[in-house]
Amino acid sequence: MAQNVLAFSEDRELLIQLLGKGKELADSLGGELNALLVGSNISDSGELAQYGSKKTLVADGPGFEHFSVEAYKAAFLKAVEASDPGIILIGATKRGKELAARVAAALDTGCMTECMTLEVDEEGNLVSERLTYAGSTIATEVSRRAPHIVTIPSRAFEAPEPGEGVGEIVTLDVSIPEPRVKVVERREKTKGDVDLEGAPIIVSAGRGFKAKEDLKILEELAEVLGAKVGCSRPISADMGWMDDWIGISGRKVSPKLYLACGISGTIQHAAGIRNSQILVAINEDENANIHEISDYSIVGDLYTVLPALIKALKEKLG
Amino acid sequence: MARIIVLLKDIVDLTEMKVDPETRQPVTEGVKRRISELDKRALETAIQLKESGEGEVIALSMGGSGTRVALLAALAMGADAAYIINDEALAGVDALATSKVLKAAVEKIGDYDLIIGGEMTLDSLSAQVIPRLAELLDLPQVTYVKEIELGEGALRAVRDLEDVDEVVEVDLPAVVAVVREVNEPRIPSLMNIMKAKRKPTEEWDAEAVGLSAEEVKASSSVEILNVMAPKVDRKRIVIKADTVEDAAAQLAEAIVSEGVLER
Ligand SMILES: Cc1cc2nc3c(=O)[nH]c(=O)nc-3n(C[C@H](O)[C@H](O)[C@H](O)COP(=O)(O)OP(=O)(O)OC[C@H]3O[C@@H](n4cnc5c(N)ncnc54)[C@H](O)[C@@H]3O)c2cc1C
Ligand SMILES: Nc1ncnc2c1ncn2[C@@H]1O[C@H](COP(=O)(O)O)[C@@H](O)[C@H]1O
Repeated sequence: MAQNVLAFSEDRELLIQLLGKGKELADSLGGELNALLVGSNISDSGELAQYGSKKTLVADGPGFEHFSVEAYKAAFLKAVEASDPGIILIGATKRGKELAARVAAALDTGCMTECMTLEVDEEGNLVSERLTYAGSTIATEVSRRAPHIVTIPSRAFEAPEPGEGVGEIVTLDVSIPEPRVKVVERREKTKGDVDLEGAPIIVSAGRGFKAKEDLKILEELAEVLGAKVGCSRPISADMGWMDDWIGISGRKVSPKLYLACGISGTIQHAAGIRNSQILVAINEDENANIHEISDYSIVGDLYTVLPALIKALKEKLG
Repeated sequence: MARIIVLLKDIVDLTEMKVDPETRQPVTEGVKRRISELDKRALETAIQLKESGEGEVIALSMGGSGTRVALLAALAMGADAAYIINDEALAGVDALATSKVLKAAVEKIGDYDLIIGGEMTLDSLSAQVIPRLAELLDLPQVTYVKEIELGEGALRAVRDLEDVDEVVEVDLPAVVAVVREVNEPRIPSLMNIMKAKRKPTEEWDAEAVGLSAEEVKASSSVEILNVMAPKVDRKRIVIKADTVEDAAAQLAEAIVSEGVLER
């Protein structure tokens, strides 16, 4: 059965990654790849044809300037009508996930969240692998009814190279419902600019640090090692000492060396560092889980161990 | 007076769940079940809202035979009553089917101002039930909430998104999902734990909320085929030395000889 694929993400980079995977799926199913763009004064809808989008469906209007799940859902349902998808790919940002669930409910169909792999089985069902149990396990799940809806995190699939593709642009006529949730203020956040995902060495801070100033010790270590600095969720989300955190709900890293300082090693944190080649921990509690999942560890006070380690490394590395 | 329904799911205690070394599958049988961590924070949110005004907190859960015991914790924390949907025929259904059942139960409870749940349950990590419920009930949804206040017939909340904190206002009734940063759940006193056993708890099957378990089950379309823990092979060497300097020197040596510093 031929099946079309529809891709959407409000994050352009992620959308292009979805188009790469979407093209592969559409080709194997003999269907068409289409993309949805929602926004205000969209000027670059033509670009998506280069990534394989046959029909780029555009919902453009002042009501779409900021993401509102009800307005975007209305646009999505129009796009579904206009493109008859068997598979719907949505970028697994926070907004994407709430939209996907709401669209799935409206279409009375299933949804698989944050899929890391996607495959169509012999019966035409969609099979995916995704994290479960707070990130400690990988579940293989099957979606048995079309349209299959999945959300896909950043970097699960590679962005394709732009090609010669030609496609058409279809303007959607969406009547936007009166917004029930009123946004009264938007407070921009600073985004950590470090490319943690690509960093070969990461040193990371947890609640073992007592004050923001103390992070200086870790920064000094980072300098000796040529490392980027990361942290656990409380250091960022509760204390506000850094912008981003590492873990299941944050950045997922795969350095050659990950050095965790004053981090207990909960499953949620562990899920983000699992792909590290060598894991090192400094934690004063000998029963902390981080010691169980590390290659090397020191049971000790980071305030004395880190200065000693910096000194020792400086001597070794000259 | 606000009537708040809190959605709670009991899951295996993730800190006690082990992995079978042979099959690498998680062993969930016999492991103590607890209310999923974010759902506890949703409950704490509801209790605080009740305490800041007047109201009632009703815990609602679709679960199994262990749910009644797990929900005692909710009653001890401060929920006034608990409703449980326990129907064997519904075991293993997906988020779509779960939300249909919860919708029916919410409507049976009726007369609510607010429904609060977690961003996601920590076992399934699906993050679907709250928006699905909002769609099925045709209510506004306020997700990723880290701060919330109730006013006269309305709520004001701060939503934690990747690039912004969004301050929003919405009329009640509404459906809310909280994130971890919303609060630290309280630990109930011994006296409240004793009292919890006397609070009303009602158990329903699908029929009691006006649904056919077979139909709901048939609508479930996502199925888990297999769950496995990825292989981790760590050296787990704990460096021991008489002085901190010695330990640090040994660690430095180990790091250098692993060859991970070469660029
Ligand atoms: C839905 C959800 C998602 C989450 N996602 C993430 C995530 O992506 N990433 C994440 O990190 N967390 C996440 N968490 C939070 C997680 O559950 C833990 O709360 C968090 O990882 C703990 O951070 P920590 O290790 O820094 O702090 P703690 O658990 O408090 O550990 C601090 C450690 O420091 C040690 N210590 C204290 N003083 C010293 C000292 N002087 N020297 C050496 N060691 C010392 C202690 O022994 C302790 O082990 C999530 C939680 C939820 C509910
Ligand atoms: N079986 C259930 N019973 C009651 N509430 C649930 C159930 N499953 C999910 N929820 C609620 O919906 C939220 C999101 O769950 P999920 O979509 O499974 O990640 C949870 O944090 C709960 O508040």
